[in-house]
Amino acid sequence: MVPLSHFLILNAILFSLSMAGIFLNRKNVIILLMAIELMLLAVNMNFIAFSRYLDDPAGQVFVFFVLTVAAAEAAIGLAILVVVFRSRRTINVAELDELRG
Amino acid sequence: MTFEQIIFYWFAAVLTASAVTVITVRNPVHAALFLVLCFFTSAGLWLLLEAEFLALTLVLVYVGAVMVLFLFVVMMLDINVEQLKQGFVRYLPVGALVAVVVMIELLVVVAGPNFGVERFGPPVKHDADYSNTAELGYTLYTDYVYPFEIAGVILLVAIIAAILLTLRKRPKTRYQNPSEQVQVRKEDRLRIIKMDSEPPTEGR
Repeated sequence: MVPLSHFLILNAILFSLSMAGIFLNRKNVIILLMAIELMLLAVNMNFIAFSRYLDDPAGQVFVFFVLTVAAAEAAIGLAILVVVFRSRRTINVAELDELRG
Repeated sequence: MTFEQIIFYWFAAVLTASAVTVITVRNPVHAALFLVLCFFTSAGLWLLLEAEFLALTLVLVYVGAVMVLFLFVVMMLDINVEQLKQGFVRYLPVGALVAVVVMIELLVVVAGPNFGVERFGPPVKHDADYSNTAELGYTLYTDYVYPFEIAGVILLVAIIAAILLTLRKRPKTRYQNPSEQVQVRKEDRLRIIKMDSEPPTEGR
């Protein structure tokens, strides 16, 4: 049997890796979105691990909702990305500063 | 080491390695493909946790829909990869520092005795006729039926927003106007005139 803490350690590693990804790829919006998906994956696996070891299906219901919201977020985020690329011809975050105060 | 443990550590190693590749690889297409590998290995780990429905949902929804959308967008946009990778080395120290700090903080909480074998023993063994999908469905449609409805509304809003954002009128394209086509009458297209008949002229 795999103890619960090993799942939690794996997800902690995954979460901090994706956080490092946000810092490293701060120019490329697509990789930023992918790093956010990785973070959500780590959180989802924590939910499922707790749901299994506490024998409570509520954790899996939460994963269901997180998947729904993440799919909606990815669709809208990529749509915004396409519109931005159409008008600015770039997805470099450093150049998308029109709204800077 | 049991078979279950071998599978867990192998999948964990693959998941970590592919996550590292996602955040460091130069080409966004390769990053998307390694993210697909991440999702597949995660689905395997979720199967190990006996969350069969969610594991299959992850493969269907994420690999089948979200990652295909990512690949579409990555390949549709004409991106200058070299320019976007500038600053990678410059941000590497601060990124690694933040990641290590966050990891240490998380590990202090989760790797200690709080979530060890003593506190959380072996999970409940289910019978052979236990259905994870049925269990999830019972919970979803009784206790969480209103959040479920709201989730549907969120998806609808996402559809409308994505279509509305990317929809645009192209001025040079020629469109048909079906309502004008249907309402056209004979007088608009055909004109009958009265005139006297003329004899053919000689000498021609």
